[in-house]
Amino acid sequence: MSTNNEVVEHETYYVPEQSRLPIFASLGLFLTVFGAGRMLNGSDDGSMYFFVGALLFAFVLWSWFSIVIAENMRGLNSMQLKRSYVIGMGWFIFSEVMFFAAFFGALWYVRSLAGPWLGGEGEGGAANPLIWPGYQHEWPVMNTPDMVANGDKAKILGPEQSMSNPGLSNWASWLPFWNTVILLASSVTIHIAHSALKSNKRSVFNLWLTVTVLLGIAFIILQIEEYVHAYREMGLTLESGIYGATFFLLTGFHGAHVTLGTFMLLLMLLRSILKGHFKHDDSFGFDAAAWYWHFVDVVWLGLFFYVYVFA
Amino acid sequence: MAHGPAQGIRRWLYTTNHKDIGTLYLWFSFAMFLLGGVFALVIRAELFEPGMQIVEPEFFNQMTTMHGLVMVFGAVMPAFVGLANWMVPLMIGAPDMALPRMNNWSFWILPFAFAMLSSTLFMDGGAPNFGWTFYAPLSTTYAPPSVTFFIFAVHIMGASSIMGAINIIATIVNLRAPGMSYMKMPLFVWTWLITAFLLIAVMPVLAAVVTMMLFDIHFGTSFFNAAGGGDPVMFQHIFWFFGHPEVYIMILPAFGVVSAIIPTFARKSLFGYSSMVYATAAIAFLSFVVWAHHMFTVGMPLAGEMAFMYMTMLIAVPTGVKVFNWVATMFKGSMTFETPMLFSVAFVILFTIGGFSGLMLAIAPADFQYHDTYFVVAHFHYVLVPGAIFSITAGVYYWLPKWCGNMYNETLGKVHFWTAFIGLNVTFFPMHFAGLSGMPRRIPDYNMMFADWNMISTVGAFLFGAAQILFLFNVIATIRSKRPASDEVWDRPEGLEWTLPSPAPYHTFTKPPPLS
Ligand code: HEM
Ligand SMILES: [Cu+2]
Repeated sequence: MSTNNEVVEHETYYVPEQSRLPIFASLGLFLTVFGAGRMLNGSDDGSMYFFVGALLFAFVLWSWFSIVIAENMRGLNSMQLKRSYVIGMGWFIFSEVMFFAAFFGALWYVRSLAGPWLGGEGEGGAANPLIWPGYQHEWPVMNTPDMVANGDKAKILGPEQSMSNPGLSNWASWLPFWNTVILLASSVTIHIAHSALKSNKRSVFNLWLTVTVLLGIAFIILQIEEYVHAYREMGLTLESGIYGATFFLLTGFHGAHVTLGTFMLLLMLLRSILKGHFKHDDSFGFDAAAWYWHFVDVVWLGLFFYVYVFA
Repeated sequence: MAHGPAQGIRRWLYTTNHKDIGTLYLWFSFAMFLLGGVFALVIRAELFEPGMQIVEPEFFNQMTTMHGLVMVFGAVMPAFVGLANWMVPLMIGAPDMALPRMNNWSFWILPFAFAMLSSTLFMDGGAPNFGWTFYAPLSTTYAPPSVTFFIFAVHIMGASSIMGAINIIATIVNLRAPGMSYMKMPLFVWTWLITAFLLIAVMPVLAAVVTMMLFDIHFGTSFFNAAGGGDPVMFQHIFWFFGHPEVYIMILPAFGVVSAIIPTFARKSLFGYSSMVYATAAIAFLSFVVWAHHMFTVGMPLAGEMAFMYMTMLIAVPTGVKVFNWVATMFKGSMTFETPMLFSVAFVILFTIGGFSGLMLAIAPADFQYHDTYFVVAHFHYVLVPGAIFSITAGVYYWLPKWCGNMYNETLGKVHFWTAFIGLNVTFFPMHFAGLSGMPRRIPDYNMMFADWNMISTVGAFLFGAAQILFLFNVIATIRSKRPASDEVWDRPEGLEWTLPSPAPYHTFTKPPPLS
C-alpha cells in the first residue's frame, strides 16, 4: 500500500496477462455443485466431489483476491479500473436484491393471493369444496389444507407454533427484535468505522470494525439459537407447510448472507490489523464489504416487518 | 501486454482477451446449436408420420426439453455474449472488457454446466423430461432424479450470465472513449446495455425458482404443493417473471445487430436512432409486466387476464417503431444484398410475422384456443429462428472479415441464406396451420388429420439442418482462405470497428481513439 501515492492515472487501462484463475474457479464450482447433486441423489462419492470442489474453489478465490490486492498495491489499478470494480459490486448487489425479491414475492403471493383462493375466496376459490373442503386461509398457515381435508392421513403438517409477533409488550424477550437491534447497531458501527478510515484514524477504524464483526457473529448465534428452538420446541421445520418453507428459506438465505458478510468484514479487519491495508482514499475491498453489509441489513428490515411483525 | 496471444491450448484456457473470449463463446454456441439441432431433428423425425416409430414417448419428452434448454441457454445467449465480447470494446473504443479475468470465468463455467446438463441423458431415469419451462409439479414431484443436476446446471449458468452482464455494463459505462456519449453509441451497444440490465434483473429470479424446486424435491418444503399451502401456479408466475424478459434478452441484441447492418447496405444512416433507443428501453420495461400472457388458461382472475392482455399488446407499439425504422432506413437507399443484408432483410420480414402471431396470442380469449398448440411453437420459432438466429448469422458474416482478415465466399453465403430461408419457412410456417386446427405441442404422436403439415415441417427441418452444415463449412473456409479483406470491408460502413486493420490486432484501442 506504500506505493499508493505513486499511483498516477495510467494512460492505458490495466488488462491483466493470461490467468489460470478462471478455469480453475470454474472447475471448482462445477465439482462443488456436481458433488452436491450426487450427495442429494444418494451417491456415496458425492461428498468427496463436493469437498474437493469446494476446497479448490475457496483456494482459487483466495488467490484471486490476493492477486487483485497485490496488483492494486503495485499501482497497476488506475482510477478508471477502480471504477469498474465499484460498478461491478453495485450490480452484483442488485442481482442479490432480485434474488431476495423473488422469495419475498413468493411469500406475498401465497399469503395474499394463493392462500385465500385455496380457502375458497373469490374467483380462484372454486376448487376449495372439491379438493380442500373445510380449509380456511389464515396466515401463518398453522393447519395446512392437507390436514384440514385429510385429517389423520395428512402428510404435510403445519407448525405447532409460528414465529410471529408476540405483541409489543413482549418484544423485550423476543429474539427477532434483538436481532434487529443488533443489525441496526452494526450498520451504525460500520458507518463509524468508515468515517474513521476516511479521516485516517486507523485504531478507531479497527475498533469499530471489530465491534461490527462481533455484532455480526452475535446475530448469527442468535439466529442459530432461534432455529434450534424452532426445530426442538415449536415444531417449526422446513417441512411445516408453506409457512415453514417461506420462513426458513427467507431467513436462511439472509442468514447465509450475514455469515458471508461477517466473513468478508473479518477479512477486512485482519487485512487492516495485520497488513495495514486501506487508505482513506483507497479502500475498495472494505467499501464493497460495507455496502454488502448495508444491503444485508436492509433485507433484514424487510424480513423483520414482513415475516415477523406483520404476520 | 503489448505482445500477441500465447501459444497452444493455454491461449484459450487462460486468456483474458476479449477477442479470444468472444471467439470461444461463438464456437461454444455453435457447438450447442448443432447439439440442440440434433435433438430437434430427433423430434422432427418422430413427427414425420403419425404413430410411434423412432423413439419412446419418454425419450421424446427428454428431447423437447433438452432442445429448448440447449438452444436458449447454450446457443442463443452465448452467441450474443460472444458478439458483445468481440464488438462492444471495438465499437466504443475500449482496450478490452472492463473485468477481463471475470470475463474468462463467465465463459468457462458454460462448458462445465452444459456437460453436466447433457450428462443427464445417460443417467438412470433419463434426462429432464418436463419441458424447457419445467413447470411444477412435473419438475418436482414427478421429475426424474436427474432434475437435481439440471437445477445445479441452471444455477451455475445463471452465475455465468450475471457475471457476463455485469462485465458488459461496466465496460459500456466506464470504458467508452472520450467523446463517445451515450447517445452516440452504436445501437448494438445500447441494446446490449439494456439486455445486460435485464439479465441481472431476472437471472437471480430463475436461480430462486430452481432453488425452491430443489427444496421441494429434497427438503420437504411446500412451495409448489397446495397440500402444504403452496401453489403450483406460483411456479409459473416466478418462472415467467424470468421467462418473458428472457425472450427479450434473446432478441434485443438481435435488434442491435440488424441496426448495424441495414444502414451499411442501404448506404444511409439508421433512421430514427433516438427512437430506437427509447423503443428498446420501453420494450425492456414492459417486458417485466407482461409475464402472465403465458398463463392465460391457468385460471387467473379476470382482472389479471385483462391487465396482462393489454400490457402485452402495448409491447407491439415499440416493436412496431423498430420495424418502421428499419424499413425507413432502407427506403430510397442504394441497396445491395450481400449475405449479411439478406439475413437482415429476412429478419425484418419474418420477425414481423412472429410479432403478429404474438399479437394474436396476446388476445386472452383467443389464446384459450391457441395455447399449448403448435401455433405457439410457430410463433416463438418465428421470433427466435429468423429473429435471434438469423441476426447472429448476419452478424457473423458481417464481422467475420474483420475478425479473421479474410472475405467469405459470397456465392456460398447466398446459398447458405436461401437454404436456411426456405428450410425455416417450410419447417415453421405449416405449424401455424397445424396449431390452429388443434395439434397440441410436446406430443410424440398425433391425429391423422395433422399428417400433411407435419411431413412438410420435417422435410423443412432437415433442409434447415443442412444449411447449418454449409454455414460451418463457410466459416472454416473463410478463416483458412487467402482472400484478404480490406480494412473497411464494406462500402463506407459506420463505426469505430472499421477504422481498425483487418484482421483486428490482438490488442486494440490501448489508447482511446480520437472521435470526430
Ligand atoms: C409483439 C411481440 C410479442 C408478443 C405480443 C408475444 C406474445 C406471446 C404470447 C401471448 C405467448 C404465449 C402463448 C401461449 O403459450 O399460449 C408467447 C409465447 C412465446 N413467445 Fe412471444 N410474443 C412476442 C414476441 C416474442 C419474442 C420477440 C420472442 C423471443 C425472441 C418470443 C418468444 C416466445 C416464446 C419462447 C414463447 C413460448 C414459450 C413456451 O411456452 O414455451 N415472443 N408470446
Ligand atoms: Cu412472453
